[in-house]
Order: sequence, then C-alpha cells, then structure tokens
Amino acid sequence: MTLRTVKLFEIANARSGDKGNRLNIALVCRDPAHYPALARQVTAEAVAAAFAHRKPSRVVRYDLPRLSAFNFVLDDALEGGVNASLGLDGHGKSLSFLLLDLPVQVE
Amino acid sequence: MAPTVHIGAAAGFAGDRTDAGGPVAEALARCDGPRFLIYETLAERTLALSQLERRGDPARGYNPRLEQFVGPVLARCLAANVRIVGNFGAANPRGAAERILALALAQGLAPRVAVVEGDDLRGVLTPRQLAARETDGAVLAGASEIIAANAYLGAGPIAQALDRGADVVVTGRVADSALALGPLVHALRWRADDWDRLAAGTLAGHLLECGAQVTGGYFADPPHKFVPGMAGIGYPIAEVEAAGAIVITKPPGTGGRVDRFTVTEQILYEIHDPAAYLAPDVVLDLTAVEVLELGSDRVRVTGARGKPAPPTLKATVCIDGGLLGEAEISYAGPNAAARARLAAETVAERMRIRAPGLKLRIDAIGLASVLGDDAGAFARRSNASSEDVRLRFAAQSADRAAVERLLDEVEALYCAGPAGGAGVRRHITPRLASASCLIEREFVQPTVTVFGSEA
Repeated sequence: MTLRTVKLFEIANARSGDKGNRLNIALVCRDPAHYPALARQVTAEAVAAAFAHRKPSRVVRYDLPRLSAFNFVLDDALEGGVNASLGLDGHGKSLSFLLLDLPVQVE
Repeated sequence: MAPTVHIGAAAGFAGDRTDAGGPVAEALARCDGPRFLIYETLAERTLALSQLERRGDPARGYNPRLEQFVGPVLARCLAANVRIVGNFGAANPRGAAERILALALAQGLAPRVAVVEGDDLRGVLTPRQLAARETDGAVLAGASEIIAANAYLGAGPIAQALDRGADVVVTGRVADSALALGPLVHALRWRADDWDRLAAGTLAGHLLECGAQVTGGYFADPPHKFVPGMAGIGYPIAEVEAAGAIVITKPPGTGGRVDRFTVTEQILYEIHDPAAYLAPDVVLDLTAVEVLELGSDRVRVTGARGKPAPPTLKATVCIDGGLLGEAEISYAGPNAAARARLAAETVAERMRIRAPGLKLRIDAIGLASVLGDDAGAFARRSNASSEDVRLRFAAQSADRAAVERLLDEVEALYCAGPAGGAGVRRHITPRLASASCLIEREFVQPTVTVFGSEA
C-alpha cells in the first residue's frame, strides 16, 4: 500500500463554532475509512501546534467514531471572543480552514 | 399512536433572511399532526443590544425585524393551525406581543399570543451577586451597571403557553433548543424526567436553531463541497416521533441539501464535550448519535441520550465594554504589500508616542486578516502576497480620545504616509463585554401571560 499526502480539506469537512473565548471545530471524514488515519495524525497536539499563534490554554479532542468525526475544543483561542476581540473574526468562523489546511497521509 | 410532530425553523439569528419562513410555513401547513414554526433570533449579545434599544424607546427592544419575520406567514400559520414560537421578544417580549397583535388585527386576525417572562435577572440579583456567579473569567468584577442579565429558560414555560392555547409564543432569553423542546413536551406529553426523550428534543432543537446551517448553509466549499440553489436555500423541518427519533428535511422545491454531512457538522456546532451538552432541561449525550440518509434530502438522527438536568441555569450578563475604533486604508498595484507594511509601521510608531498603552491590532486584508492573532505572529509567518491590500487598524478603550487618535493617524496617511494610500474609512462603535454565570434555580421564576382573544 502506498501513502499519499493530502490536505485535510481534500478528504474532510470542518465547521467552527464559538462560546465566549472558546473555539470548537468539528472535523468530519468524508470517507469513514479515513477515520483511523486521522485519529492517529490529527491529534490535539497537532492542532495545538497549528493554532500556536492563538495561544490556546488547552486543546482537547473528543472522538465520535459513530459520526466519523472529531470535535476539537480550544480554550482561550479567540483573542477574547466576539465581544472583546480586536480582530474581524471574533467568532472564529474562518478558523475551520486553518485546520483544513493541515497535511495528512492516507492510503 | 402518538402523532409525528413537525417543527420548522424560520430564522437562525437576528439578521437571518426574513423570507425564509414562507416555504417552511407552507410545507408545515400541508402536513398533519401538531406543527410549529420557530424563530431563533437571540445570539449571546443580541439581547444586550435590544436592552440598549429599549432604553432609547421603551416601546421597542424586541427584534427589529419582527414584522418582516412574522408578518408574511401569520395568516397562513393561523389558518392551518401552525403555531409560532420565537425568542424575538428579546428585551421586551410584551412589546413584541403587542406588535404581533396589532399586525394580526391589521390583517383581520385575532390570535392568542403568550408571553414568557422571568429570564431577566436585573431586579433579582445585584451586580455583585452576579459577579460572584461568573464562570471562566472576571469580566463582572467591580461592575456597577449591568446592561442585560438573562437566564436561559427551559422548555417548561413554552409548553405551558401552548397548553393554554397560544397561537404565538413570544419569549426573551430561552435555551435555543427549548424553542423546539417546548412544543415537543406540549404535543407529546414528555415527562420532566424522561431524560432520553428530552435529550432527543434538545438535539432536534439544536439542529434547527441555526436555520439553514443544517440544510446547506455555512457548508459550501467548491470544488469540494457543493450546495445547489443557495440563493433559495430551504430552511429545515424536523419530524420528531414520540419515541424521539428525528428526521431532518426541508421544504420541497427549495435549494440547499440535507445529507449526513450537513447534519453531522451541525450536530457538533458549538459543542464542547459531546457527552455532556448542558441545557436547562437535560444534559444531552451525543456520543451514541447516528445519522442515516433516507434519500431526497431526508436524514434520520437517532441515539440521543439524556442525563438529569443540571442544578443551575446559565445566564449571559452584559456590561459596557468601551469603544471599538476601526480604520482602513488600501494599497494596490505593484509593491502594494511593502507600502502597506510601511504604513502599518508608521502608524504603530506614532501611536507608541501619541497613545502609549493603547493596544493596537493591524491586519492586512488580502494577506492575512482573520486567521491571525493580535500580535501579528501568524502574519509574519505567512508567505501570502497580493497586489491589493487593505490595511485595517483596530483598538478598544473606554477613552474615546485615544481611540480617535488612532483613527486620525490612519487618516493622516493620505498625505503623510506611503505612496498611493487610498479609500480611508473610519468608525467607532460601542462595545459590550459579556460574561457567563451559573444561577441557582430558585432565582429564576418563569411566568406565562396570554393576550388576545380567549378560546
């Protein structure tokens, strides 16, 4: 079997949501067969590294195998959130695409 | 056998499409059994903005688009016994009810309109008592004036209003999902400790509460994710069985798509621990939820499990947050990025002298403007290039003069900045700071009042 490197957006969907200064991103495999590979590679540590400039105080990954999905929760990652951020995207709505830009290896 | 309950969503936030409800109301009118049309129009800070509006005019403070949302569907809903439930009452549910009654009268209609109150905590708890109940932060520490403090009510008062024959139920702050759970508790007589069913109803509400987000909105990403007919996207309808199974669909002939992908993304929207989504009436566990495509824009969702309701209720509290100042200027053509960078450095240097201590954020729209951070670390790492850059400067302070100084410095770039600086726009907007609190239930006493013709 040969592995190929792809960006997450080629094989998975993602959606950002916010509550105050907390960001969550749901990551959903388009093909459930990719779930184990993503579970190995898209770890909480990998996501924390991709979002390091946002200085999240904690990153947790929740696994939802029945939905072929993961839920990433990044505390204090929204520069204060919608009511306090100086940025244009206080909700973090665009941030799912920062996750989707990560490279992964799949069969 | 208990009937299947149909619940349609006509709005997912205060600024949503006001014509979305028409096709949903029409589809509901053609179904059998109990049917409801819900409007979710209260994001976290919307209520505080409404409270400020009510200060200016005591008759207002409800959703400013109320007439546009409800007016076009009211007659059709009343004729077909589709009952309307909305949190468009915002800071003034009674005002909204009066407006709906006036709107109905003008159309020759006479509905029963119920008002749910008791979410407003301002007369119940002092700022100090609210501050003592704040979770995850200290926004309220030392606050003397509360603009809005509202507990998230549950399904109970909504179900009670429907039990009393309301054609329209107007609420202020309720849990978004309660807009669907209330009708389900009313129609299916679910017990207050039937945790799995309450969890299923909460999940149905969660899937409906953002309107088009479950039917193809907030989803399209061509060429990887296509959504047909986005200009006429159909808002969702949930068909909920007495045992708690849910089918998500949308009105026939509308745009959008309903499949396992659109539904799965929305199941996890704004969720933290999927095993414990806290609502006023139940703790929803999503870990055993499964989605099954039935074809033709129908998806079956099962497996919601419930745990006993939390002992406290969540409340959102807003106080004055000072002023946000923003100013923008464009640089375009060859070498635009370098000229934009020079302009940013120039303003930053002058602000260090003219308003030291004012935290500044600078974004280069076209290079890096939303994925980055206040300190600019992401932007410095980015290798994006563009020949069309719009620089954006932002600062927040209670000191208007300091904020004005930033906007003045950006404007002065016209003559004193790099070549070709163009199109300055500047504005100052008031901000709200918000906090979440946990409130003991004894402080929250919901009431239901029914107005209009008696049945």
